[in-house]
Amino acid sequence: MREYQLVVIGGGSAGMAAAISAFDKGVKEILILEKGEFLGGVLNQCIHNGFGLTYFKEELTGPEFLTRLSKKVEERGIEYELNAFVIGLGKDKTVTYISPKSGLEKIKAQAIVMATGCYERSAGAIAIPGDRPAGILTAGQAQLYLNEYGYLVGKKVFILGSGDIGLIMARRMSLEGAKVLGVAEIMPYSNGLNRNIVQCLQDYGIPLYLSHTVSRCIGKERLEAIEISKVDERLKPIPGTEMRFECDVLLLSIGLIPYNSLLDNLGLPTSNSRGAAVNEHMETALPGVFSCGNVLHVHDLVDNVVVEAELAGESAALYIKGELPEHEKKLKVGPGNGIGYVVPSFVDLENASEKIDLKFRVRKPSKNVYIDIKQGDKSIKRIYKMSIIPSEMEIIKLPKSLLSNDGGDITVSLQPKEETL
Amino acid sequence: MRYNVSYMEDIIIIGAGVTGSFLARKLSQYDLKVLVIEKENDVGNVTSMANSAIVHSGYDPLPGSKKAHFNVKGNAMYTEIAEDLDVEFERIGSLTIATSQKQLETLKDLLKRAEQNGVEAKLLSAEETKKLEPNITPEVTGSLLCPSAGIINPFTLVTHCMENALDNGVRLLLNEAVEDIKRVDGHYDVYTSKGVYQAKAVVNAAGLYSEEMASAIEPIEWTLKPRKGEYFVLDHFKANFVSHVLFPLPSEKGKGVLVSKTTSNNYIVGPSSEEVSSKEDFATDAMTLANVRAQATLMVPNIPFQHQIRVFAGLRATPSTHDFIIEPSKKYDSFINIAGIESPGLASAPAIAEYVAEELLGKLFELKKKENWNPRIKPYVKPMQLSQEERAKLIAENPDYGTIICNCEKVSLGEIKDVLSRSLPCNSIKAVKKRTRAGFGKCQGGFCQPRVLMIIAKHKGVSPTEICYDKLGSNILLEESK
Repeated sequence: MREYQLVVIGGGSAGMAAAISAFDKGVKEILILEKGEFLGGVLNQCIHNGFGLTYFKEELTGPEFLTRLSKKVEERGIEYELNAFVIGLGKDKTVTYISPKSGLEKIKAQAIVMATGCYERSAGAIAIPGDRPAGILTAGQAQLYLNEYGYLVGKKVFILGSGDIGLIMARRMSLEGAKVLGVAEIMPYSNGLNRNIVQCLQDYGIPLYLSHTVSRCIGKERLEAIEISKVDERLKPIPGTEMRFECDVLLLSIGLIPYNSLLDNLGLPTSNSRGAAVNEHMETALPGVFSCGNVLHVHDLVDNVVVEAELAGESAALYIKGELPEHEKKLKVGPGNGIGYVVPSFVDLENASEKIDLKFRVRKPSKNVYIDIKQGDKSIKRIYKMSIIPSEMEIIKLPKSLLSNDGGDITVSLQPKEETL
Repeated sequence: MRYNVSYMEDIIIIGAGVTGSFLARKLSQYDLKVLVIEKENDVGNVTSMANSAIVHSGYDPLPGSKKAHFNVKGNAMYTEIAEDLDVEFERIGSLTIATSQKQLETLKDLLKRAEQNGVEAKLLSAEETKKLEPNITPEVTGSLLCPSAGIINPFTLVTHCMENALDNGVRLLLNEAVEDIKRVDGHYDVYTSKGVYQAKAVVNAAGLYSEEMASAIEPIEWTLKPRKGEYFVLDHFKANFVSHVLFPLPSEKGKGVLVSKTTSNNYIVGPSSEEVSSKEDFATDAMTLANVRAQATLMVPNIPFQHQIRVFAGLRATPSTHDFIIEPSKKYDSFINIAGIESPGLASAPAIAEYVAEELLGKLFELKKKENWNPRIKPYVKPMQLSQEERAKLIAENPDYGTIICNCEKVSLGEIKDVLSRSLPCNSIKAVKKRTRAGFGKCQGGFCQPRVLMIIAKHKGVSPTEICYDKLGSNILLEESK
């Protein structure tokens, strides 16, 4: 059985960044397993710009961003295999994968980094009512067809969900000459980045219907029309508010979900993000197995993915060198009032570096609030926010010195400013 | 364009649903010229595709009815069929759940009915039921266990059945709707959207449209009403969340909302039961599904609907006679109607086919067996079921089995190329999905649909814009980009 110090599952931005940082920390026997035909994962189809602003301090397209990482992989001579699909992961850190080149291989790793990304929520998952003709696609599918294969999926487009891929595709399809009739968002606020609302919808005069959802799809072979309705507080369509749009394609941008099947199959605990529960070193409940990027929690910026993956790679290097011992005492970290999820789910104070990144998203847009971090009942840090929205991930660098090992669980919550005075 | 094919078939079967396909396979063992005409772009694409995927035991139909007779007979045939046709089939047994003292009394009546129908059945206490199904409602008062009930893959059942028929000499036309049938000089002229075909006998297995077919020959006394059933499908989140087919007590509207695992270790919840006016209405609606969910939850309270990956609706052809219609037309012995095959149609289909072939067509034709008839389908490679050594060897021999196309269901390029190369045409993304499960998983084709589309286009040597999701006209790609 081939043995590696580190096996990285997934060769997208997270996997490459993790491998590079582990290499730079002295781990030389690394294998990246990538299921696709190229390194880079979804960045291959993200031909728009806006990547790299914080990490490379310049604006890059997806392919440019991934090329910077893949060059570093090549320069270091890090081994990778393409078209390699992992079919089994053992608690003993054996990885079984198949590929046309290697056949079926079982390899042994000292440490594993999971970087398998996320998938798009489908029409079936939300049971869009009405007919099920061709022409109902996820925004990512339409993006792949257009940007990698060179085909347009429709000319009269409606988009459900204001996630970033949907917004990007609104602009992309407009540029291809398609008419984008509108975007419906079931929540009373947008779920995409503000800059995308401006640059992809407003600049093209595409209306955004907040508190609306698709209440019916109509069409036999191909989609012919959709009906959207306003929704009530329980997010149910209100009869009598239907608006009909004749369209040949409905794109869905209704959420991304960590593709965490391999760890789920091992029965490892997960967090509210639907990714694995990890500690401050991005280590899952199985020592030596790390998770980072969109398989851990869905990011809005690839720059943040890379930073997180570098931490996972460095942590894997520490683990391999025996410098990441397991301690019994772990502090639980969790979401409180107004917070969707927090990464990490645990903190091992003895291992933690001076500052611990707490990453989280709020459940709904709020103004004039404090982010309140408590250990036990005691507030240890609060940060004022004039405005905070779910589409932008928050990162707080929490000084380790504020925590104590017998202080209890850590919670992140939102508090209106008034109450705190 | 109409053209006359001056070729006389012995038998034309209209419709390649489960009944038509079983009949085609049955007839393929005899020295007969058989042509199947199907309006859809694939076989088993309407009622046979969208149902509960259950081979019922037969405890429920009225004793003496055709439903009871063919269900029980058909059920018994399935062990061999599944083996010959390489179809996933498992007799996991059904439990009909009572949740009150009064319902317990009804269970006793159902037990009697099962005995009359010749179906093995046994009453279980609340405790015994809970032991078998830990997730059952605490309100359970008892259940009726029918061990012969099974779950089946309804997609490959029909595709493999027809493939085997084609391998044995039957011919199939897809995408041709029969528009008229005329009796001429002792034979039949069957007019389709594309041509005219002649046959000595016609079997009408046209499902929802069998009423129209039958009426082309003579006025008929029965009618069919489409009845819609809506379902949820859950991802494989856990093995044996339920391990039997769970039914509530049957009512006038049918067997009620069932909860079952499927042969792919998914879970199915449904159906609703609602008469609709259109035979083309496959829409789902939120209210009906909410009701299905509420009904199911009465039986299994903690169904994890967060694992829902799909909803769908199917139509069954409910006959005014309340029983299957399997008989020659009044005027001609050589025009045979098989109509109103609602539940338990899947279970009954092989027995119906045997009866129609041997008893009805057997009076008209000499049923001379072919010497080289092969009941078994050409084997399908199932990489997931191989040992690691076998799978490594397979990939070494054919690297296509080492390229995974569908991440969720782990379907390889080799498996997709295989179904594209068989005797049964495989024309669409859905046809690939039904045969291989590519696109059936939690991302619902989010990742693999574009890849499957390109594979089909390449295999057929056509532009990707020509590839359909399902029916002709359901193309996914509109045009090349600028």
